[in-house]
Amino acid sequence: MDPDTDIGGPLHRFPVTNHSAIINARSDDQVVRRRAFDAILASYWKPAYKYIRLKWQADNEDAKDLTQGFFANAFEKNYFATYDAAQASFQTFLRTCLDGFVANERKAGRRLKRGGDRDHYQLDFAAAEDELAAHASSSTLSAEEYFHREWVRWMFTMSVDAFRDHCEQTGRSVHFQLFERYDLSDDDGEVSYASLATEFKLPAATVNNYLAAARRDFRRIVLHKLREMTATEAEFQSEARSLLGVEVK
Amino acid sequence: MTWLSDVKLNHLQSVVGDPDFSSTKYTFVKELARGGMGTVYLAEDRKLNRHVAIKVLNAPESTNDLRERMIREAQIIAGLEHPGIVPVHDVGTLPDGRIFYAMKFVRGSRLDEYVSRGAPQRDRLRKFQAVCDAVAFAHAHGVIHRDLKPQNIMIGSFGEVLVLDWGVAKIRDDAHSPAAYQTMEGTVIGTRHYMSPEQERGEIDQLDERSDIYALGAVLYFLLNDQTLSKAAKAICFKAMAPEKENRYSSVSDLSADIGRLLDAEPVSAYRENAFEKVGRWTSKNRFLVLLVLAYLLMRIIFIFTSRP
Repeated sequence: MDPDTDIGGPLHRFPVTNHSAIINARSDDQVVRRRAFDAILASYWKPAYKYIRLKWQADNEDAKDLTQGFFANAFEKNYFATYDAAQASFQTFLRTCLDGFVANERKAGRRLKRGGDRDHYQLDFAAAEDELAAHASSSTLSAEEYFHREWVRWMFTMSVDAFRDHCEQTGRSVHFQLFERYDLSDDDGEVSYASLATEFKLPAATVNNYLAAARRDFRRIVLHKLREMTATEAEFQSEARSLLGVEVK
Repeated sequence: MTWLSDVKLNHLQSVVGDPDFSSTKYTFVKELARGGMGTVYLAEDRKLNRHVAIKVLNAPESTNDLRERMIREAQIIAGLEHPGIVPVHDVGTLPDGRIFYAMKFVRGSRLDEYVSRGAPQRDRLRKFQAVCDAVAFAHAHGVIHRDLKPQNIMIGSFGEVLVLDWGVAKIRDDAHSPAAYQTMEGTVIGTRHYMSPEQERGEIDQLDERSDIYALGAVLYFLLNDQTLSKAAKAICFKAMAPEKENRYSSVSDLSADIGRLLDAEPVSAYRENAFEKVGRWTSKNRFLVLLVLAYLLMRIIFIFTSRP
């Protein structure tokens, strides 16, 4: 591997972001804290569910209860407020908490029941289960790598949906359709800028510009979500590098 | 909700990470190389219908001052018109704020690839001299490269030598003023094994031409590492890589001159020979003459013995 040029040193300082749900999860304001918690729940429930199913070999009912129980417990006991960005990434912290929670539940021989006094979140477990059934992992990923991979997949999935909504609201549905056809389509190698120009009755240069703009907007949405799920600028940069392979502002 | 397969996910990660050249005259072709400072892409210049290499800097420079400074530096580097310095065609800012430089796309191999093909030592030294020429030219124009290493040196298809990647180069507005260095004190810039001790310590105000000389010494060491070296060649490396910059060559031209003397089997400034070594070097340099004299002496001896009654 080539030696990389380094630029850094002791004067590197990173400011704390103010768009972070991780930071807001520590807020004394219940409304802010709830909103931050909902954002974390939305970003992590599906990777957490799949992780419990695979690493802990839980059946689907157990995994549902454990996922619900973990997030309900996290909110009640304000787990996420104890996160220290200097120790690990938030993703690692959450996974460690999840492992601890499941291990404790197993040790105590408890079977959590949904309902009762606890929060009960409306989560589409059926869809997660369908994905698990249809795309059973045949890779050699470790449990930790699998969790990360599923988290990345879920972040991008949510970003695609958010991008679709954004395009519809701003009257740029053609941008999304081009993006969908070229970047999300299964027709590998069959779709070209030229074929899209014919299909959409647009000049090739316009297809080029629309796709570039679509990717730019999509990238912005991914980064926005990422910023929401990281606590510090350093963590954000590190995750962006991991997700997109580049440094970002 | 769309299920993203691994293939689609990888594709999305890639296209989202790719630079957005839509506001420029370039069309993205492919990624060429990735490093700590930035990523180099192959792109097509649509106006001139030619390929260029575009380096997009990773550094998340956020202030206008820094951006302007980087652009100004690129402009000065673009003014370094020398056959050993890769020409910078263009500089600009991408929509996401990252700075890019468009350079000549050099077809050929990097210095480390060239060495791995087992080039003869004399050829390696001549290539090294060509690198020195380019760096000396830059120094004469007040530019310090700060990241010289085999991966930043290309050997073109016709054997030409080009020094690349001037992205972290510094301009000395005033040869004697430390204030000319505008990078923040304490910032470490360079590549391990090739950066001078003062660079490694982040002593930005201490960096000067001799920091590049240290890196050149490390490049020379890399070039000759798999070769049997004379004491003079080793001494050149050690002098260039002296921990204290006062003990290094005072200029790249001096280093290059020593390499020239090494090639010509002349005494080098970095090494004081003893009498035996002087004779050995003279003999090696004048091998043909020595052989001629020896042959003559042998013939004389044979003649003397055979002509005795």
